[in-house]
Amino acid sequence: MENILQWISANQQVIYIVILMIFVGIEVIGRVPSVLHTPLMSGANAIHGVVIIGAIIVMGKAEADNYLALALGFLAVILGTLNVVGGFVVTDRMLEMFKSKKKQ
Amino acid sequence: MSEHILTICYLFASVTFILGLKMLSHPLSARKGNLLAALGMTIAILATIFLYRDDETGQHLHNYGWIFGGLLIGAIIGTLAAKKVKMTAMPEMVSLFNGMGGACAALISLVEFNHLSAEITLTGITEGHAGKIVIIVLGLIIGSVSFAGSMIAWGKLNGKVKDMSFTGQNILNLAVLALAIGLGVWLVVHPDQHIIVYVILFLSLFYGVFFVMPIGGADMPVVISLLNSFTGVAAACGGFLYDNKVMLTGGILVGAAGTLLTILMCKAMNRSLLNVLIGSFGGNQAGAVSSTSSQGHYKEVSLSDAAMLMSFANKVMIVPGYGLAVAQAQHTCHELEKILSEKGVDVKYAIHPVAGRMPGHMNVLLAEADVNYEKLLEMEQANDEFKTCDVVLILGANDVVNPAAKKDPASPIYGMPILEVELAKNVIVNKRSMKPGYAGIENDLFFQPKTSMLFGDAKKVLQDLVTEIKSV
Repeated sequence: MENILQWISANQQVIYIVILMIFVGIEVIGRVPSVLHTPLMSGANAIHGVVIIGAIIVMGKAEADNYLALALGFLAVILGTLNVVGGFVVTDRMLEMFKSKKKQ
Repeated sequence: MSEHILTICYLFASVTFILGLKMLSHPLSARKGNLLAALGMTIAILATIFLYRDDETGQHLHNYGWIFGGLLIGAIIGTLAAKKVKMTAMPEMVSLFNGMGGACAALISLVEFNHLSAEITLTGITEGHAGKIVIIVLGLIIGSVSFAGSMIAWGKLNGKVKDMSFTGQNILNLAVLALAIGLGVWLVVHPDQHIIVYVILFLSLFYGVFFVMPIGGADMPVVISLLNSFTGVAAACGGFLYDNKVMLTGGILVGAAGTLLTILMCKAMNRSLLNVLIGSFGGNQAGAVSSTSSQGHYKEVSLSDAAMLMSFANKVMIVPGYGLAVAQAQHTCHELEKILSEKGVDVKYAIHPVAGRMPGHMNVLLAEADVNYEKLLEMEQANDEFKTCDVVLILGANDVVNPAAKKDPASPIYGMPILEVELAKNVIVNKRSMKPGYAGIENDLFFQPKTSMLFGDAKKVLQDLVTEIKSV
């Protein structure tokens, strides 16, 4: 019990961020029209590609003789980049179509 | 100095993510929102590469060759795949990219665990280790479930993986998940057991596969959206681990928004999330009962009759569905609309929120063919207008116009709001065959006296219709 309470105090900043972000996440997309569900999902998909930063850190910290870490880190960077780049490009392609129709 | 700049870059990126998501939920600003989030992401990535310092050693990152190599390969494949993919295959692509993110989070957890356990053999278990292991295991489980689940969802959407379920599957799934979590707890106490982490990885992948396996293809959008928010949480675990605020905000933001989006999608089908996940759709007892009871006679209509009927109608409503997407017939469909309009027919489209394989799928598809936004009616508007329509032309839609959703409490889709096409004077249904739709249930609509069937591939049929109408 004591441990848990200590952990909460020690990490209170992070806990605040988590709680506030949950509310922001819910508020921000609260009134999305169903037309935009798919592009929004795709855009959110690209944003969680932020996991790439973890992959870069893993890769950048790996010692030159730790082949397992190098190999896994390299793979993680590739996959993370796929998520980010692919995600944003696909979303842009979907939204491009919405734009052309707005002109009319 | 450099770490302050890094902090500011991360702060900026977090704000772009929030603003980007906000702008993505309005049609006018959506595209800018996406680009803004992409800008923030680029800045965060570059800042990490050049400015990040290890907390313990104070060193900059190295292995630049590997990092840029990976970024380059990922960026090239990602761009090509995203540019090449057909509009109909977009949902699969989103699922695939989501899986990549999940795999990335799982790999980070694996490397960090190995790193941590090497540290533990040197220094022994200290107080901070338990918390780290919890986060690593959490990231590993969520990331692998998201990866495996997304791959299955991807396979299902492109038809490579079939639905599969057996009795007791839910119990087996929960047991596997409980075992993975239990082993994770055990690992916190015994962090020197390397092999356990791989067992957890395997169990999580297994769970991911069997979690998505029994869920019907029609529910895949909901599942993808849910897995999307899982990956967000997995990314946030990485943020915890490195005390990295941008990963934390981005991950949690997507986790929360994704969960809400999932619930909104379920609401559009008038079902609960639990019902989607546990009640596997179609092919079950309920579906079998209603399919045997509703056999009857259907009538076919010839192309020239259909063309005649539409040419002399005052008002025609087109109901697009997955069949239109598969046939890539959106341009031909627009052509038909123009030709009818020239003849003085009032043509509109009725869009069911979950028609196709993704909410909004039809809007995206028709927008690609430059169909006027004003002509797309949402479900409620369309339902008000059906009674004034002379002809409703259904193009490859099935479950979203199935009257069983209103009348038959035994039907698995009972309660889902539908397009009430029966209110119109005539209904022409274009399908490839009499096979039931994705939910696997028969549609009474096809056997009603005012309904006539026009079999064939949507594109071919629409082309022939256009030619026929021109000659009327």
